[in-house]
Amino acid sequence: MRYSPAQGIARGIFRVTGMGKKYGVEWWILVAGALIIAAILYMALFPSSIAPFSPHNQTAGPQLLPPGGKYLMGTDNLQRDVWSRIVYGSQTILRVAVLAAIISSVLGITLGLISGFSGGLFDRFLSLIMDSLYSFPGLILAIAFAAMLGPGVINITLAVAVIYIPTYFRLVRGQTLSIKEELYVEAARAIGSSGPTILWKYIFPNVIATTVVVFTLNVADAIMIEAALTYLGLGLPPSIVDWGMDLSMGKKFLPSGVWWLITFPGAMISLLAVGFTMLGEGLAEILNPRLLER
Amino acid sequence: MRNLTRYIITRVLLTIPMVFILLSIVFVVLRVMPGDPVSAMLGGHAPESVIEQKKEEMGLNRSMAVQYFDYLWQICRLDLGESMVFKQRVTKAIGEKLPATIELTAFGILITLFLGVFMGAYAADKRRMVQDYVIRLYGIVVYCIPVYWMGLMLQLIFGIWLDVLPIAGRTGPRVFASTFEKTGFYVLDTILVKDFSAFGDVVIHLILPAFTLGLVLSGIFVRLTRANMLDVLRSDYIVAAEARGIRHRKIVYRHALKNAFIPILTMMGLQIALLMAGAVLTETTFSWPGMGRLLLERIYLRDYPTIQGVIIMIALIVAMASLIVDIIYAIVDPRVRY
Amino acid sequence: MEKILKIEDLSVHFPINIGTVRAVEGVSLELRQGEVMGLVGESGCGKSTLGFSILRLLRPPGKIVGGRILYHDRDIVQMSKREILSLRGRKIAMIFQDPLTSLNPLFRIDQQFIETLFTHERGIDKKEAFGRAERMLESLGISPERLLEYPHQMSGGMRQRIMIGMGLILNPDLLIADEPTTSLDVIVEAQFLDLLNDLRRQFDLTIILITHNLGNVAQLADRITVMYGGTIAEVGPAQEIFDDPLHPYTQGLLASIPNIKLDQPKLETMPGSPPDLVDPPPGCVFHPRCPHAKEICRHERPIMTERDGHLVFCWLYG
Repeated sequence: MRYSPAQGIARGIFRVTGMGKKYGVEWWILVAGALIIAAILYMALFPSSIAPFSPHNQTAGPQLLPPGGKYLMGTDNLQRDVWSRIVYGSQTILRVAVLAAIISSVLGITLGLISGFSGGLFDRFLSLIMDSLYSFPGLILAIAFAAMLGPGVINITLAVAVIYIPTYFRLVRGQTLSIKEELYVEAARAIGSSGPTILWKYIFPNVIATTVVVFTLNVADAIMIEAALTYLGLGLPPSIVDWGMDLSMGKKFLPSGVWWLITFPGAMISLLAVGFTMLGEGLAEILNPRLLER
Repeated sequence: MRNLTRYIITRVLLTIPMVFILLSIVFVVLRVMPGDPVSAMLGGHAPESVIEQKKEEMGLNRSMAVQYFDYLWQICRLDLGESMVFKQRVTKAIGEKLPATIELTAFGILITLFLGVFMGAYAADKRRMVQDYVIRLYGIVVYCIPVYWMGLMLQLIFGIWLDVLPIAGRTGPRVFASTFEKTGFYVLDTILVKDFSAFGDVVIHLILPAFTLGLVLSGIFVRLTRANMLDVLRSDYIVAAEARGIRHRKIVYRHALKNAFIPILTMMGLQIALLMAGAVLTETTFSWPGMGRLLLERIYLRDYPTIQGVIIMIALIVAMASLIVDIIYAIVDPRVRY
Repeated sequence: MEKILKIEDLSVHFPINIGTVRAVEGVSLELRQGEVMGLVGESGCGKSTLGFSILRLLRPPGKIVGGRILYHDRDIVQMSKREILSLRGRKIAMIFQDPLTSLNPLFRIDQQFIETLFTHERGIDKKEAFGRAERMLESLGISPERLLEYPHQMSGGMRQRIMIGMGLILNPDLLIADEPTTSLDVIVEAQFLDLLNDLRRQFDLTIILITHNLGNVAQLADRITVMYGGTIAEVGPAQEIFDDPLHPYTQGLLASIPNIKLDQPKLETMPGSPPDLVDPPPGCVFHPRCPHAKEICRHERPIMTERDGHLVFCWLYG
């Protein structure tokens, strides 16, 4: 059966509301988060459709104009349109955060699986290192890495990625350890399955659900860290459009009452982080066994 | 009390390997990385021989293993080396800035706990009502607000628009720290010297930065307290207390909260790490002369020994805080001891 | 004899996401001053819920949806929060199943006693309160120095006695005991029941003893109420319930108790399983499992029939 687009949207809305009734508030939190992310993703993927100027255009308008009229969010000291810079800035932050999260998760999960499964001295040693890293302030570590590696998108992505590896490691290792003891794994071993097969077929699928939640929260965290690093002046060259950097450049003008240079970039960072957090929180509540109480 | 001592000793012994690993990680990160500190310091155009000479002076041309053990040995002797940029022992530089950071984080913690714990308890009490959802939203949103942005916005509102609070530094233009500085903790010092106008000035300067720091972290505690309180409120002893006719408010804020508070304390230990990170950002935003700002300054100047020193200091603080919190836990909860 | 408590047509429901659990449905009961009423039934029959309802201690989402609970002619269901608070612990007290989890682990025993006293007698002096707690402990056979200890430092039996102590410290008229011996071992359980008997005489107490253990009620109870599926099956003098059970459920219950003196090749059981309280069977709740079920049992809820103080809710008799 084919539906017209309008019918399709209506059905979609029905589905969503239906799930909302079933799962309650948490579902709406998830939906809200997803919508926020979708909006900003659109900004990043189709910037030219919403940004009136190029973010580097230094003749967009008069200097330091407050928001209004043609300049939705005002202009900065280099006569660039703030709104356009916001739109293009979304690309940088999303790129770094998502990529860092992917690297983190792949490394962390792999190490967690191997370590949990093999056990022994290797596991003990790696766990100790991971636990120590985990307890250390992530931002400080990222600062150290970024400072050592120097500016650049790849470098900052790596700096952000390293911090979250212990989180995935601990999570996955813990689950691997408990699943390892389950009867069906023992059965698999009894019929001669090799280590990697067991890892892939039995342990990994069980671990996936929680990891997805951690991944979304990881992205939220990565967003915060990327913005913090660029705010501090580490990690990216000035030629790249970035919200954190705009914040640090804008704060110089704060004493003269120029508020639009800091309000908007900061709000966007918060919004994007909130979006991913809500997505993660909503997912977490829904993927967990539901409680009976209404 | 015997058990308490034994517990403390065991806990201390467990901290040692962790600190050791952290120190090693710091060593590795700051050394096995692209970029030659000496050439960076000398400007990159210095002749080969000068670079070599400088390296030898600083002991950087020895093998990694030797440098590693020397590094550990130095730390044991509480020596963090000398700055590459200024003629200053790193330990002294840190020592000067440390109290400022501690003062900031201490007040930040107080605000976090106060806000977080009471809001969390209130939310648990009003479960599934409007107040609960609002507070839960607060919990999520607040954590996602960058500390420095919060600081800038607060500066904007209270420092620029309303002009009631200062936005930079620990003291105002006509107050000189040298007149009362003793411990480095200005709030304490001004009281000790009985200079109450200076006390007022110091406190006013603390308000915005401490609030910024405290507010952003309170979100975590709101959620944690709420979750713990919900668990505790389901306990049998709560029903039993209700059965004896004890008022609802007393049950929530005395019986339940005291029980819920214990795991929160442990969480506190883990949050010290976040606090340190937040402090770095807050200090830069408010020009607060603490360790965090020192770290950034020296990063820009490529002063590796100081950078290393500060990071080591932070690692030690985090490990120490975690230890102290565990011990407090044992003191508060009698079940752990006996 | 005066009726201290009258429950009239009480219904308690728990709305949850799969439906509404009818935990107690149209229950009526009378309690006489000074008696021990055993409230028995299997898990989920509603006896504990009934007990909790008396002091309005129901945990959400449970609510009282109908009926009255008359304590000396005042309806507890309609009382204000303040009135209920003054009732709890002072006129009607309740003790619970697990004494370890029923005592706040972070407060000393004396602190918990003193708090109770302080709640109801505002002006009381701390020393006097401590003294009363000491005397209570003595009458329970516990050394007063235990007052300075924490709950986890005591044995299970001692904790249970402390629980009674806190319940009786203000000399209430009625004590509701919810499965008080379930977490105790057999010997301690016997001591506990003896203690309860002594206290009942000493304090002129009326007791509702909620339990699934028929042995407990055999020892202590004057009358027994048997509950099933949220309704009452029968109420009667203890001895009669054992000797001549009227309701088929009670008969089945008593028959299923293994008897060491008989030579039983197979243990007696009742066919079927406890009713789904979200969607209970129409008519008599027990009819699907009843060997004597008639047509009327499938449609109409049984009305009460009385036979010399022995009440039964069954169409066999009505």
